Amino acid sequence: MNLEKTIFAFVIVLAMTINFGFFLGDIDNPVHHNVYELFAAIVVSLIATVMKLGERTQIGALLLATSLVADVQLIIAAIVWAMAVHVMAIGLTPHVMAAIVSLSGGALLANIVSVVLLVAETIMGRR
Amino acid sequence: MTDVIFLLFRRMRTPLVALIITYAVAMVGLVLVPGEKPSGEPWHMSFFHAFYVVSYTGPTIGFGEIPYPFTEAQRLWVMFAIYATVIAWLYAIGTLLAILQDPAFRRVVNISSFRKGVRRLGEPFYIVCGYGENGSLLVRALTDEGIRPVVVDADQDRIDALKVEGLALEVPGLCADADDPEVLVTAGLKEPNCAGVIVVSREETDNLAIAVACKLLAPKVPVICRARYRDTEANLASFGTDHVINPFDTFAERFAMAVRSPAMYLVYAWLTGIEHQPVARPVVPPRGKWILCGFGRFGKAMRERLAREGVETVVVEAEPENTQAPIGTVVGRGTEADTLEEAGIEDAVGIIAGTDNDPNNLSIILTARDLNPHLFTVARQCRGHNQPIFEAAELDLVLDAGTIFTREVLGIITTPLLERFLELTLAQDDDWANVLVSRISALVGDDLPDSWSLPVGQRSAPAMLDALAREQPLRLGHLLTDPRDRGHWLPALPLLLRREDGDHLLPDLDMALAPADRILFCGRAHAARLMGWTASDHSVLSYVTTGEDRPEGWLWDKLADRRRAAG
Repeated sequence: MNLEKTIFAFVIVLAMTINFGFFLGDIDNPVHHNVYELFAAIVVSLIATVMKLGERTQIGALLLATSLVADVQLIIAAIVWAMAVHVMAIGLTPHVMAAIVSLSGGALLANIVSVVLLVAETIMGRR
Repeated sequence: MTDVIFLLFRRMRTPLVALIITYAVAMVGLVLVPGEKPSGEPWHMSFFHAFYVVSYTGPTIGFGEIPYPFTEAQRLWVMFAIYATVIAWLYAIGTLLAILQDPAFRRVVNISSFRKGVRRLGEPFYIVCGYGENGSLLVRALTDEGIRPVVVDADQDRIDALKVEGLALEVPGLCADADDPEVLVTAGLKEPNCAGVIVVSREETDNLAIAVACKLLAPKVPVICRARYRDTEANLASFGTDHVINPFDTFAERFAMAVRSPAMYLVYAWLTGIEHQPVARPVVPPRGKWILCGFGRFGKAMRERLAREGVETVVVEAEPENTQAPIGTVVGRGTEADTLEEAGIEDAVGIIAGTDNDPNNLSIILTARDLNPHLFTVARQCRGHNQPIFEAAELDLVLDAGTIFTREVLGIITTPLLERFLELTLAQDDDWANVLVSRISALVGDDLPDSWSLPVGQRSAPAMLDALAREQPLRLGHLLTDPRDRGHWLPALPLLLRREDGDHLLPDLDMALAPADRILFCGRAHAARLMGWTASDHSVLSYVTTGEDRPEGWLWDKLADRRRAAG
């Protein structure tokens, strides 16, 4: 039992679950995708990245890489959202929404890889 | 460099997480707090605007209330958001600055940049362990010669001094104990372009430890080590240290040589002189009774060598018991007239002030000169920065261990053949040396002669190698022919020719050359350049050997051949 490990696992898994919550629903229907969930997914994903900064183990480097991928995907999704709603003022058309959700879907894959790595590390390392 | 980044990020984790959370809370609050459009209808800020507002309030920029004037509830929340984000930023920046200032972090940065500096050198370099008085003199001389040193010293002040020294080349320096093998490896001991290690640290035991470590870690890398005591010298030699230099012994040896054969000494002084040190004047220490003040390591070395030349010395020493001074020693420091008189200054030919205290040494010389103005004066200079007063004292000879050490090391590094040549000259007699002195001075006049070596190899003499491969006979005289006019000789003299079968002292000009010969010359500097031209250019070599100007290029070559066949 290690508090640091618990917190880290918590953050990694939370990043995945929140992202999953956002991703769930019809891909082009804005009603099924909550902006708060996207925001929370970005924040948790950023925290997960920072917590793996400066890690020198092989697994640590992989975890850092996957969470960076998730960050990039989610931030691009948020930018697309802001562009559509505020800059171009076309609103959340099905086309825009599909782009945002598919980006978050990519991030979800990265999140899943993170969790798999975490589980693999735990199984390998435990006596 | 990656080490530095990893360390920085690891320690920045908490502040960065704090910053992210503060931003998130501030943004969510802004989105949740109800606002109002100017028209009065209710409005909620979007995440886009919330991020914008927090971004400009966090770093205390503040553009005003965007996109609509805030309601009181929003202002309340923004107030909280400003304080929270500003504090989070201060915490993050403060931590970053603290890390950058942290000595442990700075050490990692220094080691990292040092390692990079060593790896970037790219050319052969020497590791200098110890940047004390001798070390700094040596490093300056090396950089002046264009040789790359890498410095390791345990004292941070010394490494800082290295950075502001204003040397001709950039010298990587590391503050660490060089007797730690890992430090030696960091300094590049195992790099393929490490040309050698020069050990000059303050402590004799450190020197030993470093030399042993170098010999074990990299047996092929030559080690040059300074020794203060005889037993360390023997110890160093026992495990294969390539060159052990004891400056006192070296000086005493030279001095004895000057007494025995002034001409030999002159050859020695000329050939080992390095440029920015004063040109050695021909000094001839007279034979007769010498007074030796101070019977420390230097005094002992001098007495021993002088006794071997049959020169009598009277020792003046303040603590005869501690220093095992010989019977008949005059007790005193030598700075007072009565001590010197007791030692017989009136009928002495010279005085050697060899205590380990510079003011005392100068005082001895000045007092002695008052008593006997015809004395030959020799003083030991312990501190390099006292050089101006030693110069002002107009002494006949000054022993400065740092200069002697530097000169020896440079000789070993730049002209390895020179050491062998000087070794061989010791076996020769005074007449031989006299002839050599007159031959050299006929070549260079009043200037200090240069010495250089020319290996008959692919890099320095490709034309000669080709000619030898075609079995065209080459003689040493060809190299000494002036390539601009073969009726003249270059102002240079071959001193030594090294071949597999042995070394040839003062080789004859008719001697045939062979591949892999190494020849040591002395003479004027421009002769070295012209000689290099002959050795590397086919047409110049052909002119020098046959007197014919060989046409350059394949076509002209063929035409010339045809004309020759026809004619």
